[in-house]
Amino acid sequence: MGSLEEAIEGLKKFLSNKDDVAVAQIEKLITGLQETDLNEFDPVKRILEGFQHFKINKFDKYPELYEKLAEGQWPKFLVFACSDSRVCPSHILDFQPGEAFMVRNIANMVPAFDKLKYSGVGAAIEYAVSVLEVQNILVIGHSRCGGIKRLMTHPEDNSAPFDFIDEWVKIGLPAKVKVQAEFGDLPLEDQCKHCEKESVKLSLCNLETYPYVQMGLANKKLRLMGGYYDFVHGKFELLEFEPRFRHLFST
Amino acid sequence: MATLSPTSFTKNFNSSVDFPITSFQTFAIFGSKLKTEQTHFRLSTSFNVRTGSRLELKAMKEPPGLTQKLDKNRLDRLTESENGYDLFQDLKHRFLRFKKHKFEENLGHFQNLAEGQAPKFMIIACADSRVCPSVILGFQPGEAFMVRNVANLVPPFESGPSETNAALEFAVNSLKVENILVIGHSRCGGIRALMSMQDEVDSSFIRSWVIVGKNARLNTKSAASHLGFDQQCKHCEKESVDHSLLNLLTYPWIEQKVAKGELSVHGGYYDFVDCTFEKWTLDYKGSNLGKNSRLPVKNRFYWC
Repeated sequence: MGSLEEAIEGLKKFLSNKDDVAVAQIEKLITGLQETDLNEFDPVKRILEGFQHFKINKFDKYPELYEKLAEGQWPKFLVFACSDSRVCPSHILDFQPGEAFMVRNIANMVPAFDKLKYSGVGAAIEYAVSVLEVQNILVIGHSRCGGIKRLMTHPEDNSAPFDFIDEWVKIGLPAKVKVQAEFGDLPLEDQCKHCEKESVKLSLCNLETYPYVQMGLANKKLRLMGGYYDFVHGKFELLEFEPRFRHLFST
Repeated sequence: MATLSPTSFTKNFNSSVDFPITSFQTFAIFGSKLKTEQTHFRLSTSFNVRTGSRLELKAMKEPPGLTQKLDKNRLDRLTESENGYDLFQDLKHRFLRFKKHKFEENLGHFQNLAEGQAPKFMIIACADSRVCPSVILGFQPGEAFMVRNVANLVPPFESGPSETNAALEFAVNSLKVENILVIGHSRCGGIRALMSMQDEVDSSFIRSWVIVGKNARLNTKSAASHLGFDQQCKHCEKESVDHSLLNLLTYPWIEQKVAKGELSVHGGYYDFVDCTFEKWTLDYKGSNLGKNSRLPVKNRFYWC
């Protein structure tokens, strides 16, 4: 922005030039630069337009729904999805306001129960399951996940560690170990894809370590599901996680 | 098989209990031909399911009106859940709608996005089902890297690793977003829990998390103690956004970029009772941003 203004100011100095052709060309240049300025991304304008669109096309069109939602929320879903800008479940699964309590973090991970280390995730699960009484928990992984790629490549690639990212993605270590054992001979991209799915399964298992989730499962009031969104091919996979005891034998 | 070991969890190993077997039924792949397969694996840790444990959320002392529990709704939900296939079909059709109306109609754009994302925004919003920024601010795929947690809180740098700052690190240092927007909202259950907290020992997760906002609560109690509780909560919802903005600046790599003008930090407040949106931008001039000083802001807008 600063350099653009400087360029315009610099050009204006030449306008005192007596050569008409040169002046005309300089004026054209200045106009061009000023138009570029106008086309620069304006975050405030972007937010305002988005909000206006929502207000006109949704909020004002469905007043009864939004009046009800103002009083409370009764979402059927707790959703864990990646923070990746391309995978918002409101788009890919068309969740409307009120439908899904949504947690978004790097690589859509659910760590095992740990009140000290992972209070953020725990708070969301506790609130969704115990207070909102959601009936479904859905963990959605996706293709080309940067967080999973980091998990799979570091520290073996000798890259410098991050302050916080590495500590977070290593929640998925058991998934990495499993994938490397089974698919270690495949190219990295394929291993990452396997890990993206395996990490979803791991998160579903980790959900079980939360007492409120266990209770919900035991009372058959809660269903756990895993999803995988492949935005390369435009596909979605869904699986249900059913922890159960299967009687093997008694003598 | 990977060993999964839950950390702070009671393991009561009863030798007569059968090994739990977990099964993943791949139910459907939408967007290509249907396929079902079953994979079984054993967990190497066995544990008892606690059936009779009491759950007390001491933090949640809210009047019923704001705690969103209408019993008559539960009957509807249970009936629907009896037929689980309806739910799966519903999810399938939702995705296929997205695929038809968005993905395939903008195939070139989605193909580009598949190669990489370059969002200009990082958003920190509440997990509340009513406030998804993709809906209320119309963010399309590729536009906004999003973190959603209870009460849209940003813990400070010194609190150590968390999911929120891992996402911050990625967005700011790898994706190099130009804007961070923290969005608070009306009738936030997390903020209400923060304001309701008593001093006694509370074992809930919610308390352990929302305590990140304790400075906002302190400021609210001193500035707005004459107001009713609901109004105090509203005050705290906005105060908490300001505190999150201050906490953002405790990250050296964020402060550096803000100082250089490469990164702008904004606060927002969505009121879904009146459908209004307020937005303000941190006015960073290397000025004194001590804990007790008011947040210097500019470009405050109020849209209704």
